[in-house]
Amino acid sequence: MFIFIVRRVLQTIPVLIGVSLVVFLIMQMVPGDPAVLLAGESATEEQVNQLRSQLGLDQPLYIQYFDYIKNVIQGDLGTSIRSNRPVLDEILVRLPVTIELAFWSIVVTVVLGLLAGVISATKQRSLTDVSIMVAALIGVSLPNFWLGLMLILYFSVQFQIFPVSGWGTFAHIVLPALTLGTSGAAIVARMTRSSMLEVIRQDYIRTAKAKGVKQRYIVYKHALKNALVPVITVVGLQFGALLGGTVLTESVFAINGLGRMIVDAIRMRDLPLVQGSILVVSALFVLVNLIVDISYKFVDKKVDLN
Amino acid sequence: MVTSTKKQPLLKVTNLKQYFPIKGGIFSRTVNHVKAVDDVSFTVYEGETLSIVGESGCGKSTTGRSILRLENPTSGEVRFNNINLLDLTKREMRAARKDIQVIFQDPFASLNPRQTVGRIIEEAMEILTDMPREKRLDRVKELLQQVGLRPEYAYRYPHEFSGGQRQRIGIARALATNPKLIICDEAVSALDVSVQAQVLNLLKKLQKQYNLTYLFISHDLGVVRHISDRVMVMYLGKVVEIGEKKDIFDHPQHPYTKALLSAIPEPDRTKRKERVILKGDVPSPINPPTGCRFHTRCPFATEYCKQNEPTIEQVGDKTNRVACFYAEELS
Repeated sequence: MFIFIVRRVLQTIPVLIGVSLVVFLIMQMVPGDPAVLLAGESATEEQVNQLRSQLGLDQPLYIQYFDYIKNVIQGDLGTSIRSNRPVLDEILVRLPVTIELAFWSIVVTVVLGLLAGVISATKQRSLTDVSIMVAALIGVSLPNFWLGLMLILYFSVQFQIFPVSGWGTFAHIVLPALTLGTSGAAIVARMTRSSMLEVIRQDYIRTAKAKGVKQRYIVYKHALKNALVPVITVVGLQFGALLGGTVLTESVFAINGLGRMIVDAIRMRDLPLVQGSILVVSALFVLVNLIVDISYKFVDKKVDLN
Repeated sequence: MVTSTKKQPLLKVTNLKQYFPIKGGIFSRTVNHVKAVDDVSFTVYEGETLSIVGESGCGKSTTGRSILRLENPTSGEVRFNNINLLDLTKREMRAARKDIQVIFQDPFASLNPRQTVGRIIEEAMEILTDMPREKRLDRVKELLQQVGLRPEYAYRYPHEFSGGQRQRIGIARALATNPKLIICDEAVSALDVSVQAQVLNLLKKLQKQYNLTYLFISHDLGVVRHISDRVMVMYLGKVVEIGEKKDIFDHPQHPYTKALLSAIPEPDRTKRKERVILKGDVPSPINPPTGCRFHTRCPFATEYCKQNEPTIEQVGDKTNRVACFYAEELS
């Protein structure tokens, strides 16, 4: 177990290096010269050149990259061109907000998705089942910025239950978390349903019934536990979509999170900040995948980690 | 019915019917039924082994499941110790499960992969008896030894065992609540022949030891011959013949039983036996043939068989009870 975790952690290193390279190259391909942009329109050619060499932008690409990696390893993600503050500090201020949003969205995804899926599977082919599956189909299809706006329109503007935007109290979290979690919940519901239906037909479920186990206990203890493996995979993948979703959701709800910061940084061509935050987001995603892999062991006793 | 009448009936099934609805159309109305078990009656006596044999889809497994109420039967009576199980509420039925247990065919599908062997065996004791925890663990270990496994296997998971070992775990599990009746649904069919013999002998040993009654569902006539006291032959949801093992195997009366028995391979090449080969396939249980259900494949069927349904009756001087108009003439 311990060896597996160590090995799995080491395996993430090449992934992270790959990610950093891709992000670095993409940034180079973005049109527009950051030096020109930073110096302002009234700057002379000399001033621009000076700024360029000061930022190291006149060096060959591979040197720029290696310098960058060297700094990253030392915990230095560079300095934001706009605010002149270290990128890491900027990220650390925003990250907790995004993680909190992501956490509650995953809660929505898992709780709503599992419940709907289990109910659907145990009442297969009933009206309840059909309704849940239609709702799930709609849930997957809705673009989340639109869903966000509709939730604001009804729950904030019309009924005034939740605040329109901002961050701070739990009431602020509800609508963004619903917005972000819905499509995931829909996918999880579908996955849970089909996985449960497969398990429910197994003989050991009949055995449990023959043993006199109560129906509810059969569903949640015997069946759901066995149906969980594919669901965990989906939830893990959903987390990636979620991180992407925060960009839009944070913009719609005016939340000062990492997603919104990335959008702003891209607009301002704040290269180090974009690079740094994408690297952090990727690392987060890799970490979640790692957790998913390890959790298989706890859910499925047949998984041999070594 | 020479020896068995002296014994007490433990399970009496009367007019059991199990129809599964087929839904169709946009509003999923019930358009028809699969008549999996259609008007089946029989009795199992205490301490005996009654085997149900027949082709795939003849309703043997469904009969077993209906008795256990794993599927709720459409109509009929299942009297166990003179209590109709079909009248019981869910709660009462759960309590009644203490006395009737089941062993399924596939040892890889019938054990929950997320529970330890100990937990699998213990669970029913926890639910159905008031045994304290420490005692239950002792009992689990004792049961494992009874079925020829090591007590420390209780802490392992099912996937660590072979098919034969798993089936032994399944048997230990079924024994956990001290049941009176065990329904073995193709309990050895998924095992290798050598392992089959071991498991069958184990079942026989346990039967003697605990005075168990078996309802043994199988398509394998060799296995049935080894373990049964009496044999019941089913075809398309109906009982066609029932009797003492010896009489069924040596003096089959129903044309279907004869065909079925002639399919057993004969190891001795010098003994040539006549093989009765049936034409065609088993008809669909959705729209079973009128009259005698076997008439579409029976080599002796007449116009009369197509119109009228035979009832099951005693034929000849043996114990066989047969559902065929011409049983007497044919034998």
